[in-house]
Amino acid sequence: MNNEEVLHEQPLVVHDLGHSAHEHHHKQSFITKYIFSQDHKMVSKQFLITGIIWAVIGGLFSVIFRLQLGYPDQTFPFLEDILGRWAKGGRLDTEFYYALVTMHGTILVFFVLTAGLSGTFANFLIPLQIGARDMAAPFLNMLSYWFFFAASVLMFSSLFLQTGPASGGWTIYPPLSALRDAMDGSKTGMDMWLASMALFIVSQLLAGLNYITTVLNLRTKGMYMTRMPLTIWGLFFTAVLGVLSFPVLLSAVILLLFDRHLGTSFYLSDIVIQGKILPNEGGSPILFQHLFWFLGHPEVYIIALPAMGIASEVISTNSRKPIFGYMAMVGSFFAIAILSFMVWAHHMFVTGMNPFLGSFFVLLTLLIAVPSAIKVFNWLTTLWKGNIHFTPAMLFAIGFVSLFISGGLTGIWLGNSTLDLHLHDTYFVIAHFHLVMGVASMFGMFAGIYHWFPKMFGRLMNNTLAYIHFWVTIVGAYLIFWPMHYEGLAGMPRRYYDYSNWESFKMFGGLNEFISVVAAIVFFTQFLFIFNFFYSIFKGRKLTEKNKNPWKSNTLEWTTPIHPGHGNWVGEIPEVHRWPYDYGKDGRDFIPQTEPIGADESSHAGQ
Amino acid sequence: MIAVVNEQKNRVHPLKYVLWIGLASIVMMFAGLSSAYIVKRNQANWLTFDIPLIFWYSTAVIVLSSITILLSRKAFLDRNMKLYKRWLGVTLLLGIAFVLMQYLGFVQLWDSGITVSRNVSFSFLYVIVGLHALHVFGGIVALLVIYLRSFRSRIKNYSAVPIDLMNTYWHFVDFLWIYLLIFLVMIR
Repeated sequence: MNNEEVLHEQPLVVHDLGHSAHEHHHKQSFITKYIFSQDHKMVSKQFLITGIIWAVIGGLFSVIFRLQLGYPDQTFPFLEDILGRWAKGGRLDTEFYYALVTMHGTILVFFVLTAGLSGTFANFLIPLQIGARDMAAPFLNMLSYWFFFAASVLMFSSLFLQTGPASGGWTIYPPLSALRDAMDGSKTGMDMWLASMALFIVSQLLAGLNYITTVLNLRTKGMYMTRMPLTIWGLFFTAVLGVLSFPVLLSAVILLLFDRHLGTSFYLSDIVIQGKILPNEGGSPILFQHLFWFLGHPEVYIIALPAMGIASEVISTNSRKPIFGYMAMVGSFFAIAILSFMVWAHHMFVTGMNPFLGSFFVLLTLLIAVPSAIKVFNWLTTLWKGNIHFTPAMLFAIGFVSLFISGGLTGIWLGNSTLDLHLHDTYFVIAHFHLVMGVASMFGMFAGIYHWFPKMFGRLMNNTLAYIHFWVTIVGAYLIFWPMHYEGLAGMPRRYYDYSNWESFKMFGGLNEFISVVAAIVFFTQFLFIFNFFYSIFKGRKLTEKNKNPWKSNTLEWTTPIHPGHGNWVGEIPEVHRWPYDYGKDGRDFIPQTEPIGADESSHAGQ
Repeated sequence: MIAVVNEQKNRVHPLKYVLWIGLASIVMMFAGLSSAYIVKRNQANWLTFDIPLIFWYSTAVIVLSSITILLSRKAFLDRNMKLYKRWLGVTLLLGIAFVLMQYLGFVQLWDSGITVSRNVSFSFLYVIVGLHALHVFGGIVALLVIYLRSFRSRIKNYSAVPIDLMNTYWHFVDFLWIYLLIFLVMIR
């Protein structure tokens, strides 16, 4: 089957007659075009906008619990107006504080940085950059969004439960999460969390199957694997990781559901709750941690790899220089993907693990520093002596590299089991993973949105707003998370409601207040981006036919019409003759992938 | 256009890729459960159990159904639609028989005191065998759809792709069951 037939189950007779089927497009109703769309570009926009809505909710939660952390002795009557009995007298309820922390983590990790990031860019870029009409299975693709949507609705409605949403932390460790009587957050909220995650996993699997198949099977003529843009490589390995690791989370969730509802003891043993001895025997909560982190660690790379791919593409394009070490980039993606499955136990050094076994996980964890360093080196050498165009996307891509370095270095500390004994579950960990995975990938996402917005909507975003957005966000990100390293080194544990009662952590009162203020400023600055995004969809400066490739990029997506229809290219799909990074070659600024190699062209290191 | 079709003819159909990758993810799910099982077994408080006899019979049934679905595919490729429908129907019945036998096995286990929550080893047995039966059930639904489609007289479809996909999936759940049975017999 070829690309045309994927789109239209019936054989296309139109093409034999010599005119193109995609010029005069088949009429679509509002519902098939905007809602139950099977067009990968629309599915991508659905993922993006749902992701943005979730990001606002998840970010707002962090601002609310930062208010508690920054001002533990004050009351905020307006909180009672918004949250009602969860903030009686303007002071956040302790149970609800945990619910907010849990939801912040769940929303950002899964709904924003997994579905929002790879859902948006895998859907948008894979067919456009490899030269395909659509995904291999457009219907499954549509289903993957709607499963995500159902998961979203379920998770969102759990916020309004009488007993509140799940509140055992985003890692939902049993026994806390397995016992309904343990706390309010382990009642119906936990069930809805599990059901929502099960739907989410189905969504990710359907999506991942499609991404992998499309990349392997639907590349246009001449688009060898080694000619694919690095975005596609990143998204491809992301999908592989997702397909292999999410099912394991599903098994963990199934066993947890059995423990919760059928009285089994997979994770439970010897528990006394409210003075009552539970009959459960023989289970082990550590088992859950193994299963969870077998997903959980690849999940970190599911979030990071798309951002790395986007950064590579944006940095090369805007440095007007070929990416440095293309094959090394691909190889390091591969190495990271393999290693990510062998390091999960570094999250569990303090669970009583045999130190000898732990040392293997230390070694493997530290090994990840090698491919990561290769990538960083290649980004920096691509920038080196480049003709850098500081577009908003480029700034965010450079910001990504900066944050990835800062956050990655502390990973080397935490990966050592001896150091981890001290740093485990402190603010040091919070600082580490927010920089390297959270904010860095968020920056990758912003870079992607600013870069491909013109292709998505045929209009440009406002640069001034984008520059303000960038500088406030990057300065803010460092101001928020840098101080947390000091708090963590001093032993300040994460997940506490109020530190002002602790003699050891009292001195951080002012610092916590500072962090909270910056967090609020950064959060509200994001509305500049959101305004810019939605305003530009309708009112942004239009792309003209002459300027339809605004960043002068080599990749295939810019050869489509300004508003590509379902099927992307009018007429034949272009053939590819070269890799996507011929910038500044033989005195030419850029040479698109569709241009055949000239007779007198110098040969390239990357080819 | 026609040239393109010919050129791509010997490439693997995209939906087959989708299925194979999907199978890999199912494998990962059972790998997760098997490793959890092994870890738990080496800890205290593990009761061994005997596999009910009916699970051995059900193994014979599902192996037989793998053969009948192969026969149906061969009949389809020979364009012998009558035979194709017959073997497909037999496969469907054998599939349903398999799930019923698994259920009967569970009833037997339950009656002999091996309940889902009594010991963690029993819980694993129920979860693993149950999840496999669920996957077979999914296959039965797909078989049913293909079977009903084969009776449509207005639209004739001679594409072997759905049949191939069905075959792959059905052999997969067959092998998965044989693996699980050996696993549960050897390590308990």
